[in-house]
Parts: sequence; C-alpha cells; structure tokens
Amino acid sequence: MDFQLGPDQKALRQGVRELLEGRFGRDALRAAADRAETPGEHVLDRTLWRELGAAGFFALRLPEAAGGVGQGLPEAVLAFEEAGRVLLPGPLIATHLAAGTVPGAATGETVVTAAGPGLVEWLDESDVVHGDTTGAEPLAVLDPLTPLHRLPAAPDRPPTDTRHTLLVSLLTAAEQLGSAARTCETAVQHARTREQFGRPIGAFQAVQHLCAGMLVRVELARAAVYAAAVTADPTDVAAARLLADEAAVRGARDCLQVHGGMGFTWESDIHLHLKRAWIRTHRAGGGTQSEEALADDLVVGPA
Amino acid sequence: MDLTYTPEEEEFRARLRAWLAGALPALPPRPSPGDWPARRAYDLGWQRRLYDAGYAGLHWPVDAGGQGATPTQHLIYLEETEKAGAPYVGANFVGLLHAGPTIASEGDAGQRARWLPPVLRGEEVWCQGFSEPGAGSDLAALRTRAWRDGDDYVVSGSKIWTSHAEVADWCELLVRTDPDAPRHRGITWLAMPMDAPGITVRPLRTLAGSTEFAEVFLDEVRVPVTHRVGAENDGWRVTMVTLSYERGTAFVGEVVACRRVLAEVAREARKNGRWDDAVLRRRLGRLNAEFRALWRLTQWNVGEAQRTGGVPGVGGSVFKLRYSHARQELYDAAAEVLGPESLDPGREWTLDRLSSLSYTIAAGTSQIQRNIVAERILGLPRGR
Ligand SMILES: Cc1cc2nc3c(=O)[nH]c(=O)nc-3n(C[C@H](O)[C@H](O)[C@H](O)COP(=O)(O)OP(=O)(O)OC[C@H]3O[C@@H](n4cnc5c(N)ncnc54)[C@H](O)[C@@H]3O)c2cc1C
Repeated sequence: MDFQLGPDQKALRQGVRELLEGRFGRDALRAAADRAETPGEHVLDRTLWRELGAAGFFALRLPEAAGGVGQGLPEAVLAFEEAGRVLLPGPLIATHLAAGTVPGAATGETVVTAAGPGLVEWLDESDVVHGDTTGAEPLAVLDPLTPLHRLPAAPDRPPTDTRHTLLVSLLTAAEQLGSAARTCETAVQHARTREQFGRPIGAFQAVQHLCAGMLVRVELARAAVYAAAVTADPTDVAAARLLADEAAVRGARDCLQVHGGMGFTWESDIHLHLKRAWIRTHRAGGGTQSEEALADDLVVGPA
Repeated sequence: MDLTYTPEEEEFRARLRAWLAGALPALPPRPSPGDWPARRAYDLGWQRRLYDAGYAGLHWPVDAGGQGATPTQHLIYLEETEKAGAPYVGANFVGLLHAGPTIASEGDAGQRARWLPPVLRGEEVWCQGFSEPGAGSDLAALRTRAWRDGDDYVVSGSKIWTSHAEVADWCELLVRTDPDAPRHRGITWLAMPMDAPGITVRPLRTLAGSTEFAEVFLDEVRVPVTHRVGAENDGWRVTMVTLSYERGTAFVGEVVACRRVLAEVAREARKNGRWDDAVLRRRLGRLNAEFRALWRLTQWNVGEAQRTGGVPGVGGSVFKLRYSHARQELYDAAAEVLGPESLDPGREWTLDRLSSLSYTIAAGTSQIQRNIVAERILGLPRGR
C-alpha cells in the first residue's frame, strides 16, 4: 500500500495549477464576476473552455486510443481540485463526463450541461443538455458565476444513472476540497500579515484555533476524497462528499471571520468561495442523501 | 495513490491472522477493570505471547530488538488484532509506544540492552512521569528537582495523572536539573525505578470510578546517573521525541474499534426502533463518514511515514484532534440510541462514553494540539 501522490500525479497537479493560475487567476475571476453583473453579457469564456480542452482537462479519462489522456479518477480528482481552488466557472463536470460521447466535448468545442436534482447549471450557455429540462425556470442566484435554472418537481422523471451521480458527487467533492484548501491558505496568509494590538493577528490563539480547525477539515476531506477516487466505492464517495462539503462551507465562513470587516466586502474573494460552495452542496449525491447512504452502510444485512 | 496491499503485505496479514486464531482462544479471561495486578499480569502475558511469536516491537527498529516492520505492516497488525478481538497494549502502553522508542533512539548501548528487552518480553511495565500539579499543558513549568550527589541524582517533587503508576516498574521521569537555566533548558529525562525508596504512589479515582492514574510523590529518591537518557539539561529535546511517538501512533488502532462500535450502535438502533428517527440515523451516517475518513487519513499518514523513514511528524496532531472529538460524538450517539439505559454505569458503552472524555485532554489537550497545528504546520506566529 502506498497511499500518496505518485510523481506523475504531482506533476499533473502542478501542470493544472500553473495553467489555471496563468489563465484564470484572481484578475480573471474578478473580471468574469463583473461581466456577469451586466445583463445580457455572456459569462462563459469559450476561448478558455477550448484551452482547457486542448490541455486535456475534459478528455483526461478518455482512453488514449479515443484521443484522450488515458488517466483515471484519481487524476481527474486532482484536476477538479485545482478547478475548485480558482473557482473556475462553467459546467465542468457535465462536460468532462460527456467527453467521448458528445462530439466536441473532449476538446472543449462543445459545452455540455446536465440536469441535476431540481436544478440545472449553465443551461442557457450550453450547447448540449443532458436530462429532461422541460419547464426550467431561470433562478436569480447568489453566485454571479453560476447561472441556475430551477426544474419543476417531476415524480416521473427517470431515476438518474447511479454511476453518473457517483461521479458528479466525487468530482464535486474534489472542487469543494480545492476551495477549502484555498480559503485555509488565504486565512493563514492574512493572519500572518494583518496586525492588531501591535502583533500579527495569527499570534492570537482565537485566530490560530480557527485556522487549525480549517486545516484539520481540509486534511480529513483530502484523505476521504483521494481514497474515494481510488476505490470509486459509493460509501467512500458519500463520506468524501459530506466532509468536503463541510470543509468548503465552513472553511469559507472561517476565512471570512479571520478577515474581519474586509471579509464582508464584495471586494474580497471569500464570498465567491462561500457562495459557490453553497451551490455545490445542492448537486447530486450531497447532504441528506450522503448521510442516508452512510447510515445504510452501517446496517447492511438483515435487521 | 494506491490502496491495495502488496502480496508480501497480504502474506503478512494472513500469517498474523492465522496466528491470532490459534493464540486467542488460549488466553485467560479478561480481568475486571479495577484489578490492577491482574490486569498487569494479563497484559504482560499477552506481550510475552507476541514476543514468542515474533510480533513484539513490530514497528521498533531491528537493532533495538524489534521486528523493523514497515508502517503498513504495523497498520495491518493494528487492524487485524482489533478485528480478532485481541487484547490492547494496556499496561504496556508507555513502554512499547513511547518510552521504548525514545530509549531506542536516544539511549546509549547499555541503556538499550538494559531496558528494551524486558519491555519486549513482557517483563517490565513503564509509566510516564511528565505532568505535575503545576505543569500540565505547560510541561516546561515542571518543578520536580534533581541534584547530583556522587553517582546519583536525588529527586524530590511530585507528579500527577501518572497512568498505571501502581503497577509500573519504571518511570520515564522529567526533572529540573538546572533551576537557573531558561525553563526549557534545565530539564533532564531519567529512567526511575518505581521500587526506589522515597516513592509514594497514591491512586486517584477517575470519573468512571476506576483508578487509571495516580499521584506520585518523590522524596529524595536516588536515581543513578547512568539512568539518564540524553545529556543533562537536554531533556526537553528528548521529551519532544517522546511526545512525537505518543501523539503519532497512540490512537491509530482505535479507529478500527470505533468503526466496529458504530456498526453495533446502528444495529442496536435498528433493534430498538430508534433507527426510524431520521435525525439520529443521519447522525450515525455522518459518524460513519468521520471514521472512514479517519481511517483513510491514517493510511495517508502511513504512506508519508513510509516515505520519510517512519518518524511520526506533527501530522499526528491533526489526526488526534479530529479523532478525539469524533470518539466522544460516537458514544454520545450510542447514549442517544440506548435512551435511559445509557445512564446505567454497568453498560459497556456508558463506561466507554465516560472514558472518551479523557481523549481531548490526555497526550495534550485539543487546545494545545490546535496551537501546535497553527504554529508548527501552518507557520502562524508564535503566541505568548
Ligand atoms: C486519562 C489521563 C491519563 C493521563 N496519563 C498521564 C500519564 O501517564 N503521564 C503524564 O505525565 N500525564 C498524564 N496525563 C496528564 C495529561 O497530559 C494532562 O492532563 C494534560 O496535558 C493537561 O494538563 P492539565 O490536566 O494540567 O490541564 P491544564 O494544562 O491546567 O489545562 C486546563 C485547561 O486549560 C487549557 N489550556 C491550558 N493551557 C492552554 C493554552 N496555552 N492555550 C489554550 N488553552 C490552554 C487546556 O486546554 C484545558 O482546557 C493524563 C491525563 C489523563 C486525562
């Protein structure tokens, strides 16, 4: 057993990080958020989407024979973790999962979205839509970089493919993990430099303990998410999702707290992390569903 | 990232499992928790069996008499012994998990030869005399004094919360040898024989009713200078080695036990109808996520230890923080499932619930662990 990142995995993570930081750094994020506030503006950056395609982001798990990169779920999880760190917008998971079946998805020419439970992200800006979206109504939404439509309750909607749900949940957990790691680093960075009472606030225990709690949640979620990527076991995925959702949501809140008044401004990026984390918790396989699956796992077999 | 075990690891597991299946039925019945002499005999007897079978000091280095097993093999050992219901390390805790490894890495040849084999063979029990009434979290505030008199140190002072002091042969003792030096500099690490004249052990009753720990009074106790591990006044550095072992490996095996208990709690809830309570059910589901992830974190830390040569790092604090609280939540949930029955101190889960309260205190409180995570892992500026 060697449950650590291998050299190729480290290189892949580094490569994706450099690509995303260069192409969708802080300024790009803020510019995209501003653009999203202008009515009628398209937010999805098609050029970036094709660049992601060219870099193999969508085709990561496609076999090399099919023009893909031939990697597995662990590598996909590392890439989505990086996407989560920088709050990369767009229906990334649906497009990634469509690579190989929807022409152009693998290369980023085609933007694909999919109906989730009750919601669909990026409906208007996608070229291909999976699932039944009849009656979809646009929803005003907190995160400027995640347009949403609400779907009518439809009891006769066919049950979603469980393998698909599993992958959506796992990749969502990976994005949450990336966001949680980022807000933890941001909080620590701020705590080292911001001075009050003549010393960095990070020297105060109340602040130290907030940061320590953030790291503990990140590290536990990381172990759970990576393990779920290796096993693809539904219970492992449910555990990973639960802990990653929590790490992201609470991490963003604590990061905001560490930033004081500055954390409460539009100016800081923290609210973008929090809002996106909230939105991700609504994706398939999260919350109650994870908890129930994990409860079921405890009592497999007759009562 | 690989979670599969190698054929060698699987073979190790199979061999261990087969041995456990043969050895466990031959064990005498477990003594009652309050009977310390019987517990000592039971725990040492189990250690002797491990020794005879070649499993003693599994993760100790070979030149210290151990088996030099890889961290993964150690993990397999903890997993299999728990699954088989084998005894815990019990009274051998300090000797095997931290005093022994400290002597192995910091002691001289004579000290290693004198102290390590009896720990491995199940002949001697160690206790830990670190804490004092005025020095708990602030360990460097310790005041127990030791001064040189010929070939001996003469020690006076008192220790507290010393687990199984009543039945220990040796004590890893921290003393102040230079009261004028800065607090961290004047400390020395000694191996004190518990039968030396001048030692009084007074058991303390825990909130669970048992006598797990004791006060130890030291009145001009003579400890030969040859019993000093590391240099005089260099005991703080040695102590950090001890604490890294204590925090690094101490609780790992218990995660497996918690997962078993959680499944039992769920089954009990199904039997008594509490399972229909969705809030409770989901709480148990969430705990399942916690303990699964704690196990994954253990595997991750083992992977890291394997690559860095096996010395546990500060990462143990991350694990301990989450584990100690999750353990308490587990037994709170168990109490919720049991309802009023949980008030009966005769119930196993009730006693475990009480003992779980110590996990956020012993081996460094949660507050202290958070300080460690903040300052040593995250690199935040030091507090006062
Ligand atoms: C079951 C059990 C077994 C033990 N076995 C042993 C043993 O075998 N040998 C041994 O030497 N010791 C042993 N201990 C002692 C244990 O290490 C101490 O209890 C522990 O370090 C806390 O010290 P204290 O009890 O003096 O509490 P204190 O240090 O007085 O702490 C009291 C409270 O103040 C908080 N606090 C203290 N300092 C800070 C700080 N800087 N920042 C924030 N909060 C702070 C603590 O977190 C705690 O909540 C044992 C304890 C228990 C419960």
